[in-house]
Parts: sequence; C-alpha cells; structure tokens
Amino acid sequence: MDFPILSTLIFLPLVSSLFIFISRGQKNNNSAIYISLFSSLATFILSLFVWYSMDYTSADFQFLEEQSWINDFIKFKLGIDGISILFIVLTTLITPICIISCINSVKDRVKEFLIAILILETFMIGVFCSLDLVVFYLFFEAGLIPMFLIIGIWGGPRRVYSAFKFFLFTLLGSVLMLVAIIAIYWITGTTDVTQIYQIKIPKEYQNLLWLAFFSSFAVKMPMWPVHTWLPDAHVEAPTAGSVILAAILLKMAGYGFLRFSLPMFPLASEFFTPLIFTLSIIAIIYTSLVALMQEDMKKLIAYSSVAHMGYVTLGIFTFTKQGIEGSVFQMISHGLISAALFLCVGVVYDRLHSRMISTYGGLVNYLPKYSFLFIVFALAGLGLPGTSGFLGEFLVLTGTFQKNYLVAMLATFGVILGAAYMLWLTKRVIFGETKNDQIKNLKDVNKSEIIMLGILAFLVIFFGFYPVPLMETLNVSVDNLINNYEIAVQKEGLN
Amino acid sequence: MINNLNILLPEIFLTLSIFSILMLGVFIKNSFNLIFNLTSLIILLTVTIILNGSNNEEKIFLESFTRDAFSNFFKILILISSLFVLNSSKNFILDNKLAKFEYPIIILLSILGMFFMVSSNDIILFYLGLELQSLSLYILASIDRDNLKSSESGIKYFVLSALSSGLLLYGCSLLYGFTGSTNFDLISNELGKENTGAVFAMVFILVGLAFKVSAVPFHMWTPDVYQGAPTSITSYFAVVPKVAGLAVFIKFMLIPFSKILMEWQTIIIFISIASMILGAVAAIGQKNVKRLLAYSSIGHIGYALAGLATGVIPGYESAIVYISIYVVMNIGAFSCLYLLKKDGEYKENISDLSGISKKHPMLAISFLVILFSLAGIPPLGGFFAKFYVFTAVVEQKMYALAIIGLLTTVISAFYYLKIIKTIYFDDSVISFDVTKNKFAQLSIFISCSILLTFFLYPSILNNVVDTLFLN
Repeated sequence: MDFPILSTLIFLPLVSSLFIFISRGQKNNNSAIYISLFSSLATFILSLFVWYSMDYTSADFQFLEEQSWINDFIKFKLGIDGISILFIVLTTLITPICIISCINSVKDRVKEFLIAILILETFMIGVFCSLDLVVFYLFFEAGLIPMFLIIGIWGGPRRVYSAFKFFLFTLLGSVLMLVAIIAIYWITGTTDVTQIYQIKIPKEYQNLLWLAFFSSFAVKMPMWPVHTWLPDAHVEAPTAGSVILAAILLKMAGYGFLRFSLPMFPLASEFFTPLIFTLSIIAIIYTSLVALMQEDMKKLIAYSSVAHMGYVTLGIFTFTKQGIEGSVFQMISHGLISAALFLCVGVVYDRLHSRMISTYGGLVNYLPKYSFLFIVFALAGLGLPGTSGFLGEFLVLTGTFQKNYLVAMLATFGVILGAAYMLWLTKRVIFGETKNDQIKNLKDVNKSEIIMLGILAFLVIFFGFYPVPLMETLNVSVDNLINNYEIAVQKEGLN
Repeated sequence: MINNLNILLPEIFLTLSIFSILMLGVFIKNSFNLIFNLTSLIILLTVTIILNGSNNEEKIFLESFTRDAFSNFFKILILISSLFVLNSSKNFILDNKLAKFEYPIIILLSILGMFFMVSSNDIILFYLGLELQSLSLYILASIDRDNLKSSESGIKYFVLSALSSGLLLYGCSLLYGFTGSTNFDLISNELGKENTGAVFAMVFILVGLAFKVSAVPFHMWTPDVYQGAPTSITSYFAVVPKVAGLAVFIKFMLIPFSKILMEWQTIIIFISIASMILGAVAAIGQKNVKRLLAYSSIGHIGYALAGLATGVIPGYESAIVYISIYVVMNIGAFSCLYLLKKDGEYKENISDLSGISKKHPMLAISFLVILFSLAGIPPLGGFFAKFYVFTAVVEQKMYALAIIGLLTTVISAFYYLKIIKTIYFDDSVISFDVTKNKFAQLSIFISCSILLTFFLYPSILNNVVDTLFLN
C-alpha cells in the first residue's frame, strides 16, 4: 500500500480546520459549517473504504506506514487491525453527527467550535491508528487541549471547574504512563508496539509498568474511584462535547487496555485481574445506584456510562473470546447509544434550557417523534434484546461466567439496576402528567435532529439483530490477542 | 599568536563595535534609534562572523580561551535571542521613556560578558566574563531610574548577586588552592586524585552558578526583579542569561569537575527537584503575569537541570534542547505582553487578560499555544523538550526524579490553565489598543510556528546539538 491512507485519514480534519481558520473573517458561519460537514463526511467515507478494503482474515497490522521521526529511534508508525478499525469508523461517524448537532445548539463562536471539533477528530483517529507508544501518547494527550476548550468556552455555568477537573485528572493519570513509556524504551530498546509484542518485557518490570498504564487508562475509562471528573465534565460540556466524550474519548482507555496492557504485560494483566474485577463490580453496582438518584438527565447518563464501562473492563480481563469481543462490541454500542442519549437531552435542552428531570414530564403528548426515539435509546441503554446494548452485555457476562461465578452474578445484578434507572428516567421524562406549561408549546424534532437520531437508532437496532459485520472484523484479531496471551501465561507456568 | 586572533574575531568585533557606537551615542544627540538599529546590525554581523568561522576546537592565550562548536552554538543562541528580545521590545522602550542610547550598548556589553563565560577555559577569564555580564544586568534592572520599583529591583539584584559572586570567587580561590591551577583542564587532571577540599570549592561555585540561573534555593531575587524591572528588561533576564548560565553549568561538568561528578550530581538533583516543585507551587497564587513567568522560569530551569543531573552527554544534550525551546516559548510569551497596551500603559495583571479572546482572537490563540507549550502538553514543542529530558533521566534509572518532575508538570499545568481560563472563559473587560508593533507580532508568529510544527521534525534540534559533543 503506497498511498498513506491512514495519514490522510488523520490529517484530513486538521487540514480542513485550517481552511475554516482562514475563512474566519466572514460574518456568516455557513461556509465553515459546510467545510466541516463535508470534510468530516469525506473522512467517514474514507474510513468506510479502509474498513471495506482491509483483510479480516489476517491478524497482522495493515496499511502500515512508517516514517523516521525522533532521532531515528522512534518511528512515526501507523497501522490498524480488526479492533482499531471499528473505533476509527465510530469516530468518523460520530463527528459529522456532532457537527450537525451544533447547528442547533451552538450560537456563539461557531467557527472556533468547529475547528476544535475537527482538531479533536484528528487526535482521536490518531490514537486508534498509532502503533508506536510515543505517537500514541502524543495523540492521547493532545486531545485534552480541544476538549478542555470545548468544555470551558461553550459549557454550562460550572464549566471552569469541570474543565479544570477533566484536564488535571487526565493529565495526572497520563504522566505516569509517559514515565512507563520511556522506561519501556530503555528496557526493550524500542517503542514500536509490534516489536515490543515480540520482545516480551521481563516479568519483574511488568507489574509496575502495567500500573503506570493503568493509572492513565483508569482515569480515562473512567473506573471507580477516579470517575468523579466524568459526571462534571458531561454535565457542563455542550451537547457535542458530551457526545464526543462519551462516545469516543472514553473508548480510548478500553482500546488502550486491549492494544497495550494485555499484549505487552500479559503476566501483570493476569496478576491484577482481581483488582480489575473488584473495581468493575463496584463501578457497575455503585454507579448504577448513584444514577438512580440523579435529578439531572446528563448526570444520570454520565453515571450510566461509568457503569457500562465497568462491563467493558470486566470483559477485557476475562481473557475469553466472548468477554473481549463483548467488550469491544459494548464499547461500540455504548458509543452509539450514549451519543444518542446525550443528543436527546441536547434536543430538549436547546428548547427549554434545563437538564433537570423535574422540568419535563408528559413529553409523549406533545413531542411524539422525539419520545419514540428517546424510548428506543433508553431501551437500548438498559440492554433490551434486539438492540446492540443487549449483545455486548450478554457476551461480557458469558465470558465472565467462564471465569468467576460470583463476579458474573454481581455483574448481572447491575443489568437489573440499569433497567431500573433507565425505565424510571423514561417514565419521569416521557410519560406522566405535564406539569410544565412551556412543554405544550415545544416543537417536535426538526429535520437535522431526525437525521442524527435516526441514523443512530437504525444502527443500534441493526447491530442488535445483525452484529456479524462487527464480529467478523474483530474475530481474527481477538483470537490472536488471546492466543498470544495464553502462550505467554503458559510459558510462565512452565518456568 | 597574531595568526590565531581570528579565533577571537567575534569578541574583537563586538568590543570594537561597542566602543564605536558608544562614541556615536556620546556625540550625536537623540541617537537612540540610530544606536538601536546599529546594535541589531552588530548582532547580525557577529552571527555571520561566527557562522563563517571554523567550529574546530582551538585554545589560545595559555589555553584560557576555547573556541569550539559548543561555545559557538551558545553564542549564536545568545545573539539570536537577544536580537528578538530587543527588537520586539522597541515600542515598549519608546513608550516608557527608556529610550536612552546606553540601553542597547549595555545589552551588547552583557552579551560580550556571556561570550567570555561560554568560551572560557580558565577560572579567571570565566569570572571576568561573569562579572561583566552581571554588572551590565544590574544597570539594566534599574534602568528606569525614576521608578521606585525598578530601582529597588536593581539594588536587590545587585546586593544578592554580589554576595553570590563573592561565594563563587571564594570557591574559585579554594579550587586554585587545592589544585594549584586556574586552567580547567589542569584542574580536571588534578581532581582525578583524592581531593576532599575541592568538594568545598565545588559547592561554592555551584551556589554562584545556581544563583545566576535562579535555581532554588537561590531564587529569591527572581520574582521581585522580574516584576520590578521594565518588561523589556525582564524578558531579557528571563531568556539570555539563562542560556549562558546553563552553558557554564555544562562546561563545569564537562571539564573541571568531570572527575567528581558524583558529589556534584547529588546537589544538582536536589536543586532540580526543589526548583521544579517551587516553580510549580509558588506560581499558583500569582496575579502578575511577569511574576508568574518568573516562577515558571524557575520551574523550567529545574527541568533543564534535571537533564544535567544525569551526568552524561545525552542528558546535557537534552538540557540544551530544553533551554532552546524554553527560549522560543519565552520570547513568544513576552512578545504577547508588548501587545497588551491600553491608553499608552502596558498591562501586566492576569485579570487584565480577561476575555481577550473575543476582541483579539489572534493574540489569544497565540497565547494559548505558548501557554500549553509551557505546560508541556503534546503535540507542542514544550512537550518534546520535556520528553527528551525525561528520556535521559529515565535512562540513568533516576525514576524518582522523573516521576517528581512529571508530577510537577501537572501542578504547573494548573496555573497555565488559569491564564487560559482568564483569556478564553471569562467575560471581556478591556479592549486593548490596536498596536503597530510589527516585530513583536513577528516574533509571536515565529515562536508559535516553531512550537506548532515542532512535532513534524522533532529531532531537528537534537541533530544540531549532537554535533556539539563530538570531541
């Protein structure tokens, strides 16, 4: 493959953001919106093309690109496999949706907002494409800058506090990862991920390095007890910001576990499994209970995200095929569902400027289309069979049962709680009597909102019935991951 | 002997030019503009002289003066950064009635002093260079002599700096007493043997040097002098003497003290950690941008010293890369301050920056880039500077230093974010005058471009710095 297709994918949004930057002088925002919409759709189509033309039957990294970068010893290396392509497509799908959503919700400094979103897209695609630890770190951290600005400039009343909390929590987690990356370089002599897979890091270093990576991913994921930045960030961020945060930024951590922690430190991963299981179970049950008590819709969805991410970590660390495939599926499906739920909140927030559950009630009488879509996503969020939310949780639980009955039982309990808070939310927002007179004058969803929510609803139901395209893409890569892990663990057992 | 004078050509040229423009200044009235432009020209000519000269290592005057790639690199860095600092501050100088013809001449004199510092291979020559530089800096700090704060900062700097120079000189005399020589190479040979007394000498010299680069615990003067001195001088203080100081630091580790690095390292590790922590923590409460940049510069020196603390060549290289990027960032940051003019008065409180993103979007975005870079967030240049330093530190298995250093970056990120918050999240209060300060805008543009595109060729500086240590 001579054409640097992954670099194009990464830098296309960045280049188009430059165009918007140049067109800043104009009063009218239309050209900026068209440029960004067009470029993000082009990126989406390009990513679909990559997905279509890649070879699922091979576990090797494809579309490799290599460029000497820092002092000839660190290479700018890009490549994808069956796991990363799904996240790339998710990113490129969510970005145009965010751009459409900001037509309705962002009134102030629209061009700057679009620039921030496009730059963020560049960094997010970069995270999922990079095959070098330093390149990964670069993109992983760089995403903080646009997200900080998105929360801080366009956010709600407590935006400053939330933006700072988001930035500092994530940075604090990541600096330890940077030390670990540099240490890996001196231990193995390379930061190229594919080479590190071959070299096998000595056992005595694995635990510390694993913890350093964990500190970063746990904050980003977010896992209990370092999840507290997420509800704040979600609540204060503008709709598009919440969508990107929930749909993609959180997935970077899960992806990081799969790409780095598991294959590079298999023995440490095995060793720390009980820790992950405990934290995941606490996340699932505790945050579900917290979600039950929320008065604020965005906060409720934020806590439900933490709980859903608990399933993801649980699944990854079962080291079974079902568990890992389920985790990836859960991440993709949560990306769609949580994005849609935040967009739903955004729709009514744009009209009434309130996120409180108590403001609403009886929407079904006045906004029938909206209510239908909301219910679809709420049901998907609680994992109703026939939606993508069900398959992910089901596979994860299947994988967990093979490892540990107790953990699986407790996790199943979380499913019930999930149903409780989602149904109760639906009941209070959509049904019930209309206490607020303003609701009677609300307009139902407009065209652009129908497009955004419709696409997501279609995908959620489509993957619920027919997950084959995702599973086929994943299959070989996950097999390979588990194989390598088992070989490493068995070798250790023999010694 | 005469044949070898071309080794000294940049210094000779600089000295003669200083004398001639001094004469010009004395005999021509209102000659500030002329002298100022001539100074820029002289700086450029000196750069070309150095570039045209050879990089081969040669020593003259009883091996007391070295000319090599190392000293040439630092001389060029000093010259170019002074050029940018001077020219971007010209409007500021004119607006604040500091336009005395002595101003650029004294700057040239301090540059001359730094030249001798980085080229010296002998304690006496080193000390003379250091004093020439320091004396010039005392005058510069109090150049706004009718301003109470400026005079105060000059006096404060003078008293403390004189004390540290005294300590340094005492260290030098001890060193001579214990080794019997003032030449760096001979001292180095002598220290190879058992020599406990030399450790005392080393500590005194280290104190003097740490003072000059304002490392903790010898940093007390920095915030006051930075705040009190006129901004144009502060920017000079924040950039140029630091470069020279670091060069001398490296020089002492390379030659005279190369055999007793163990003792030297222990102290530097402490100084480095203390500087990083103080730079991060003390800056949080600051309300004045200049004072904040003072603490931030203390922190940055801490990171550069962390590179030195490794005691190996890759560590020194990373420190040089760090200080080069630091220079770029600080020139950009101070140039931003020159644009904050309201009714003829330059604002320097953080709260004055409130909401400038609405009315001055370009200035705001440049400030944003520079601040994130100072905080060391990828993909900006400041990240790579830190990355190289910590790569060198971790290579020496100094994990504690690396972890403390990176944790302090998180703390220091907080106050950079606070400025960004003021610029972008707060409501706008002041709208500044439309400035015609073209050169300041140019230096902001250059600084931002370097920081933004650094990730494309992150090893460009390393390749240059690698050649400095070939022999």
